[in-house]
This record gives sequence, C-alpha cells and structure tokens, in this order.
Amino acid sequence: MAKQLYSKSNMIWAVLVIFIFSLVQVLISMGVINSYYESTIFTICINMILAVSLNLIVGICGQFSLGHAGFMAIGAYCAGIVTRMIPNYGGMILGILIGFAISSIAALIVSIPTLRLRGDYLAIVTLGFSEIIRICIQNMKITNGAAGLTGIPKLTTWPILFVALVVSIIVVTNFIHSVPGRAALAINDDEIAAEAMGVNTTKYKVMAFVVGAILASLAGSLFANYFYVLNPNQFTFNKSIDILVIVVFGGMGSISASVLSAIVIGILNMYLQQFTDIRMIIYGAALVLMMIFRPQGILGNWEFSIERLLKKRAAKKEAA
Amino acid sequence: MEPILEVTNLSKNFGGLAAVSGINMKIDKGQLVGLIGPNGAGKTTFFNLLTGVYEPSEGLIELNVDNKKKQIGGMKPYKITELGLARTFQNIRLFKSMTVLENVKLAMHKNAGYGLPSALLRTSKYYNAERWIEEKACEYLQEVGLYRKRNELATNLPYGEQRRLEIARALATEPVILFLDEPAAGMNPQETEDLTQLIYHLRDKYKLTIVLIEHDMSLVMNLCEHIFVLNYGQLIAHGTPEEIKNNEFVIKAYLGEEI
Repeated sequence: MAKQLYSKSNMIWAVLVIFIFSLVQVLISMGVINSYYESTIFTICINMILAVSLNLIVGICGQFSLGHAGFMAIGAYCAGIVTRMIPNYGGMILGILIGFAISSIAALIVSIPTLRLRGDYLAIVTLGFSEIIRICIQNMKITNGAAGLTGIPKLTTWPILFVALVVSIIVVTNFIHSVPGRAALAINDDEIAAEAMGVNTTKYKVMAFVVGAILASLAGSLFANYFYVLNPNQFTFNKSIDILVIVVFGGMGSISASVLSAIVIGILNMYLQQFTDIRMIIYGAALVLMMIFRPQGILGNWEFSIERLLKKRAAKKEAA
Repeated sequence: MEPILEVTNLSKNFGGLAAVSGINMKIDKGQLVGLIGPNGAGKTTFFNLLTGVYEPSEGLIELNVDNKKKQIGGMKPYKITELGLARTFQNIRLFKSMTVLENVKLAMHKNAGYGLPSALLRTSKYYNAERWIEEKACEYLQEVGLYRKRNELATNLPYGEQRRLEIARALATEPVILFLDEPAAGMNPQETEDLTQLIYHLRDKYKLTIVLIEHDMSLVMNLCEHIFVLNYGQLIAHGTPEEIKNNEFVIKAYLGEEI
C-alpha cells in the first residue's frame, strides 16, 4: 500500500500542491495580494469545492440537481450560528460537523424517494427543496430571518481553505476511481445495463448525492466564516445555477475542468464587476458562444493526470 | 438431477395483451438451452421476466441457490444478478464512455469487498481489492480475446467484439446461469463459428448453464442440447434439436399452415 501511496505521480502532486499553497501564502503575507484580490481568490476556491461536488452528482453520476445552493446554505448557517456562539476554531469545526449532519440527513430525505425513479424528477425536487431551505431560513428566529446574520467571526484563513479544497478534490477523485465511482459512471452511461450487472442503482445514486451535499455544506461553512455576513438571498436559485454554469462550462465529468472553469469564471467576474450594467449580458453571451462552439465544455471529460504524463514520457524514452 | 431453474405457470400481461402466458420450464445444470420462436413470440419478454426487468403477472420463477429453491420472480435485477444470473442484451448495452477493461471491472462489483470509507481513505484493503479486480478482469478479457484492446473505449470496438465484450462483462459477475439474447445477431459465418467455440469453452471452464435466444437456426441446432419453442407467448414445444426439427407445431409456427 505504502508503495502506491508514495508513487511518483502522487509525490509530484504533493509538491505541486505545496508550491501553490506557499506561493499564495507568501504573496498574502508580503501584501502583494491585497484584500480585494484575496477575496476573489477565496471566492474562486469556495466555488471550486461547490463545482467539484456538483460535478460528482451531475457529471459523474448523471443526476441533474438544481439545489446545490440549499446544501451550501445549510453549511453556511450552521457554521454562522455556532461560531457566533463559540468564536474560535473549535466552534468552527463543530459548526462544520453540524452542517455535515444536517445536510446529509436532508440529502437522504430528498434523494431516497426521488432517485429510485429514472429521469429528471431529481431536478424538480431539488429545485423545490433548496427553495424550502431558503424560506425556512428566512422565517426562523435562530437564523435572524430575512435580515440575516452579521458579525460572524472571520475564521477562514488561507491554510484552512486550501486544506479543505484539497481534501474535497481528493475525496471526489478517490470516489471516482473506486467501486462506487465506477457504479456511478455506469449508471450515467446506461442505467438498465448497470442494474443487470449487479449495481444497486438507487444506493449509488444516493451515495454520490450525499457526498456531494456534504462537500457543498463544507463550502458553505467556509463561506460564512470568510464573508462574516449571511442572508437568505445569497442562496437563491441563481446561486445553484451559478455553480451549475461552472460545471457545464468546464466540462461534465472532469474534475480538472471544474477547477479550471472556477478560475476562469472567477477572473471573468472580477473584471466584469466594473461593468455592472452589462455584466450579465457579457456573461450570458459568453455562455451562448460556448454552447455553440464547444458544447462539451472547455475540457469535455478530459482529465489532467500526472500518472499519464509520466507514462507518456517513459514511452518516449523507450522509443528513443 | 435437480433443475437449476424452474419456471411454473409464468405469465406477463401488458394491458390486455398476454406477452407470455402459462409457461412451464425446467432447465438442468450445465445444459446449453436454446429459446427460439418467430418475431414477437415473447422470447425477450420471457428473458426480461427471468432477469427481473419485468415483474411477472402470475407464476413462479425458482432458482436453485445452494440446493435451496429461491423464488426470484419480481426481484430487483441487481439482486437476481447477485444470486448468479447474468445476461447480455439484444441491442448491445455497453458502458460507452468507459474502456473495455472498466466495463468488465464494473461487473465485478459484487465481489469487490470494500466500501465507501476504504475507497475515500485509500486503505490497503482498497489497493489489494483493486489489484485483484484488475487481474481478474484481464483474465476474463483474455478468455474472449479482447485483452489487447483493454484500454480502448468500448464504443470504438467493432460490432462482433462488442458482443464478446458483453459476454465477458456478464461472466465477470460470476454467474451460474448465463442468458445470451441473440449473441450471433449481425455476425458473419466465421464470427458465428468462433462464438460457438467460445460458448462451449465458457460452459466447460466456468461450469455454466447457458440459455440463449437466437434466430440463427444452424447455431441453435448445432449448439443447444435442449430447445424450447415459443409462439404467441406460449410454449409450443420442447425437446432435443432432432425432435424440434420434426415437430409439426414448430413447422407450422415458422412456415404457416396450408389453407
């Protein structure tokens, strides 16, 4: 086991990850990245977690979900409420864990009845579900209703966010390259054949959905502890669509695509902020152009893999 | 000898249409069984009943599991597969976005022996199981002669090889009974001949009972030891190939009656 864990490709990944982490960390502490750019980077990273987790549900398992903002809201409010009471890292962890529990229970309630069916029922149900969550939040005392929560301690730092991001990506990639992941891919390809090969389709659809929901809740918690204000209007249907756009823009079924696409759209948004009036128009036009010229997304289902690169190099050496 | 599969009075109605009605059938262990009949006779419906795609309107399907009879009619398809009944499809249903090897790996799903926690944490259990799955999957591919193409996308294989891949995939579920739905459809005589040899070989090697639907009469008459004939959803005859060839009901069903 150790040999495979410490394989060359994994080591290169580790170096790459540490390099990116230290680069941003150094730039932040040197003041090169001011708070404006920092908030852009943090938004991009949170969107990456959301996009990667939604990709697991939509791209890998082929179940169309329109309620990702609902799970994000659960995580955000859990973290917000708990850290306001216990304003330290213990409170943050507790908030995240409570978010996990509530979002996974909610995901089970939504998915077990709907995922037994084939087709687009899930899209309708998740759409309704995330609205229910939002309206509950709007009318509850503990969430301070429509006014929302303020003064949430700012606990999400770059190291915490980056670790959460890396862990989320590892969770999703490990899921894909395992028995449950293959089952999810097979369900996406041909549900009848998958079932005939002994795959309990409902079980694996629910599994992918719950893992996705938990990661969305994690993203929500980190969001709450960075932007320190929460109100229900941040988690409307539009937010779910924003996440879906990142996934579709990058390419369904590819994790590297979701990561890349979150960066591209994040930067695009940053520059378009100056043109508030025409921002949505440019944004929409870019998407339409994308759908005409490259409907499978930037990367399609192509996945960046260091292992494959190494193999190619080895093959070239052998040939030379 | 105890029959491995026993069907009693099996019927399936779609609204007013009786697609399958009152079928009784016993299949012995290790037999090569053919199921024939004109188009629309209810053969595929019958297959779908046995593999759990449809729920029977009436009747029993009993599978011999460890010398105990188990009623499988109306069970979910994946449960039936777990009990040892695997199938291929008339209109090939491979996982198109997956490679040849991954198609077979997926089918080994029930024996993988690790769950979500091991997968997410990549424990040694995960690595060992994955290695075992990979080796075993390659073995099945060698069996059907597709090992060299293991890293190609399933959808890029030629038609005949896609059919063989479907057989390898069904084998990987470790069945006791293998159902082949028109395995030779669209194959040329040479490919059909190879398929015949493959079926014999697999039966002997894996101690399988094989049931196949086929329109290619030469294949059925050559290969099968026992043949069942369906027409209009009813079993009109069964017996050895010789008996079937000379059965007057079968001749009528295929050639029609004199007026």
